[in-house]
Amino acid sequence: MDWITTVDHKKIGILYLMSGFLFFLFGGIEAILIRVQLAVPENDFLSGEIYNQIVTMHGTTMIFLAVMPAIFGLMNAIVPLQIGARDVAFPFMNAVSFWMFFFGGVLLNCSWFLGGAPAAGWTAYAPLSDIYEGLGMDFYVLGLQIAGAGTLMGGINFLVTIVNMRAPGLTWMRLPMFTWSIFITSVLILFAFPALTIGLFLLFFDRLFGGNFFDPSAGGNPIIWEHIFWIFGHPEVYILILPAFGILSDVISQHSRKRIFGYTSMVLALVLIGFLAFMVWAHHMFTVGLGPVANSVFAIMTMAIAIPTGVKIFNWLFTLWGGQIRFTTANLFALGFIPTFVMGGTTGVMLAVVTADFQFHDSYFVVAHFHYVIVGGLVFGLFAGIYHWWPKIFGRFLNETIGKWNFWLFFIGFHLTFFPQHFLGLMGMPRRNFTYPAELGWGDMNFISSIGAAFMGVATILFTWNIVVTSIKGEKAKGDAWYGDGRTLEWSISSPAPEYNFAQTPLVKEFDAFWAEKRNGNDRVTPAEPLGEIHMPNNSIIPIIMSFGAFIAGFGFIFSAENKSSLFVAAFGLAIMFGSMLVHSLYDDHGHHLIPDELKQKESKRKGAEA
Amino acid sequence: MKLISRFGRFAPLVLAFLLILSGCNTNSSALNPVGKNAKMQADLMLLSLGIMLLVILAVMVIFFYVIIRFRKRKDDDSIPEQVEGNTKLEIIWTVIPIILIIIIAIPTVYQVFVLADDRPSASEIDKENAIRIKVTAHQYWWQFEYPDLGIQTATDLYVPTGKKVYVELTSKDVIHSFWVPTLFGKQDANPGLVNRMWFEVPKEGVYLGQCAELCGASHALMDFSVVALSPDKFEAWKKEMKKGADEPKTAEAKQGRKIFKQQCLRCHAIGKNGGNVGPNLAAYGERTMISGILEYNKKNLKNWILNAPKYKADILMPSFSDGSGAKLTEQQADALAEYLMQQKTGIELPQQ
Ligand code: HEM
Ligand SMILES: [Cu+2]
Repeated sequence: MDWITTVDHKKIGILYLMSGFLFFLFGGIEAILIRVQLAVPENDFLSGEIYNQIVTMHGTTMIFLAVMPAIFGLMNAIVPLQIGARDVAFPFMNAVSFWMFFFGGVLLNCSWFLGGAPAAGWTAYAPLSDIYEGLGMDFYVLGLQIAGAGTLMGGINFLVTIVNMRAPGLTWMRLPMFTWSIFITSVLILFAFPALTIGLFLLFFDRLFGGNFFDPSAGGNPIIWEHIFWIFGHPEVYILILPAFGILSDVISQHSRKRIFGYTSMVLALVLIGFLAFMVWAHHMFTVGLGPVANSVFAIMTMAIAIPTGVKIFNWLFTLWGGQIRFTTANLFALGFIPTFVMGGTTGVMLAVVTADFQFHDSYFVVAHFHYVIVGGLVFGLFAGIYHWWPKIFGRFLNETIGKWNFWLFFIGFHLTFFPQHFLGLMGMPRRNFTYPAELGWGDMNFISSIGAAFMGVATILFTWNIVVTSIKGEKAKGDAWYGDGRTLEWSISSPAPEYNFAQTPLVKEFDAFWAEKRNGNDRVTPAEPLGEIHMPNNSIIPIIMSFGAFIAGFGFIFSAENKSSLFVAAFGLAIMFGSMLVHSLYDDHGHHLIPDELKQKESKRKGAEA
Repeated sequence: MKLISRFGRFAPLVLAFLLILSGCNTNSSALNPVGKNAKMQADLMLLSLGIMLLVILAVMVIFFYVIIRFRKRKDDDSIPEQVEGNTKLEIIWTVIPIILIIIIAIPTVYQVFVLADDRPSASEIDKENAIRIKVTAHQYWWQFEYPDLGIQTATDLYVPTGKKVYVELTSKDVIHSFWVPTLFGKQDANPGLVNRMWFEVPKEGVYLGQCAELCGASHALMDFSVVALSPDKFEAWKKEMKKGADEPKTAEAKQGRKIFKQQCLRCHAIGKNGGNVGPNLAAYGERTMISGILEYNKKNLKNWILNAPKYKADILMPSFSDGSGAKLTEQQADALAEYLMQQKTGIELPQQ
């Protein structure tokens, strides 16, 4: 019960991580099916129709339902701790965000059992997605609409949190890199997700109420969808990678016992990348026929992104330079990230060479590129972050031996899978093809690629095993879990953090506050206030009911194209949703206070346990 | 140990890389460019690849140096110096990438404009130095019209060598993308809009092309070929094509023509007469492949006629064996196949 009513950012973080991981397993199974089908030429394991559904769901699930929530999980679990806050700015809304995402994801996956999943690719290009595909597309539209609403709320929440709730003395230029990256990510979410919302609404009107926005046979223009989708979609890929940059900066710096090199330029690079992310969407559309002028401008903008990205890479290398690098699993993933991401970034520059991109585009070269940045970049980064912060979140370490197997299998499997795909692309293999002829010589490399996928599958099973074993008898973690090398505020409190996070709000005097205090001989960060009463929000069942209303409304709309009376179901769902909002607004909930005595007791008990 | 295996990992990759760059000469490879456009594109691909390999190399060298040299030693518990940064270094690794990017950007922009020269001048057409072609993509086949010649083909696109081919590209239904890796990079075929591009084939041959934008269940099967003929042969081919359907030569073929008129003509034309829901079947006797995917022989053609949706799911052509279209017997299908296979211009096809 506590889990479905919680408004505590740490628990919501865990919910995000767990459900993200669940969807990651779904997406992973879909990936394995894809690789089985493509392992040999002219395979008939899957039909074209089923294959398209699996490819579409793989992409959509991985991006929206697996890695996004994993990022949200880490940012929920860690950011308030890094800035010395007791919770996020809007704890209630935080719970709504999670449940909206969760029910959106469930809705999307219900399509498997109700007439087939969407099959127009995760990019859902019209008019294929608009008038040629079945019910599955309606699940795509409404599932993403609901999940996307949750994401947008989450972004706003973290913006406000980071702007308003930093501990005294934690100025902008003292923020930990991870928090900085989440701040920029939240800005990107704020500006990018509304584009998706609008695009999905237009598609929704086209499909369910006979609008003609994207239907050329009725005067609509399908290219508009591509623009809207990529105006959202390109920032989205930076929404994904920036948090990984942040994680990497923190992990590398802590596990090599060095301050991040070139902090100011790291922050500037983040800001610049975030800005440029909105200027390059048409590089996904070089072959659409936008004309030479547009293509040239977008090419140059795209290449420009490589400059701040390069700055980050070298700053990481020089953070390591002169340090004492420990090869913990977290750091292995972080180190594995660097060469891998550089390869993904350099192929990105090659893709920006417009006329060469006429050859690369929609071929396996692109598939290789974006997996190098999304898996080799983001997923490696997430693994690094998860191994790094696991003790802080759960109070126990993940097992390092299993962790190292996990890393090596995943790392080798990853390169086996995706490196050959560069060549497949150059040899002319288009992406999203469910089969290919034997004569073209694509068989061998596809086979290698499929073997690599199996490696990654095993690595994921090991990771799951690691979670299970260590949750039963994992090594307990101290507050400053990693060799006492913690640098930022989250390591200055117990693991896991108590429900109020900081008994006394810390006073930040320097960058890497906790590290600096330790160097000055203190074992904790100077508090900014005396021990006092702590105001805490109450749990609430409303977020889950509200999101469930949206879920029901989604079903109602999906089936309304076939049967108008299901609009009543939609109305019922909306009534639940707005009803719960009304209840929440009318009913005053002032939260509760943790009284100082109880608090002192807790604190001293905790101290006793740690000593 | 771990460090060594890290190094070792790259050796086979580099090897594979060189092998592939030199050795993979399949007919669908962008690394085996034949057409003028593909050659220019390959040049830029290699230029950017070269520069990017330098970048990768620089990063790798520093990376491996750092992780070997600065790994934590058991006995060393000193605190490393907490360096804040180094302005000089940071300027260096901002400026060098800027220079590299400029080196790549200039030829890129230049080539974008060269390849975008997409409308023939009147004199080019008059002097017959160029040819215009209208390409229309359909789920899941390609239609080719020659507006200045008044002829049509499908699935096999015939072009003269050494002349500029100007393409007007559109789609009948969803978005497709027109791509022959050895001749030119892709251009999208958008419904309701026209895209223009050009290409040029220097030597005779049959070049494989394919749809490169997900367009539905049989997207992967939307293949086609470009057949390049010498200008003389192309002239002869053009004349033959203008003549329209060939008379059947045998009794079986005559029977085939009769069935064709009853069952097929509403969707397929041969030459000028007939529907255009499906591909024009003029000179079908010289097709390189059946529907772009099956080896060209009578047995395959018969099976295709009886059961097209089995080979390409979700196509408009009905099955003529299960009752969704009219029911044809095996013998009738044979007759149809015979009739179609007798449609020939008599031009010798270049080797694949
Ligand atoms: C140096 C930085 C990068 C550059 C220059 C770059 C450039 C490009 C270009 C030009 C394309 C279009 C390829 C095509 O379809 O023709 C592309 C595709 C893509 N990129 Fe990047 N990219 C970079 C980094 C990233 C990052 C950091 C991510 C995500 C974490 C990412 C994710 C993607 C994805 C998902 C696609 C494919 C989208 C699709 O067509 O489905 N890229 N990139
Ligand atoms: Cu197509």
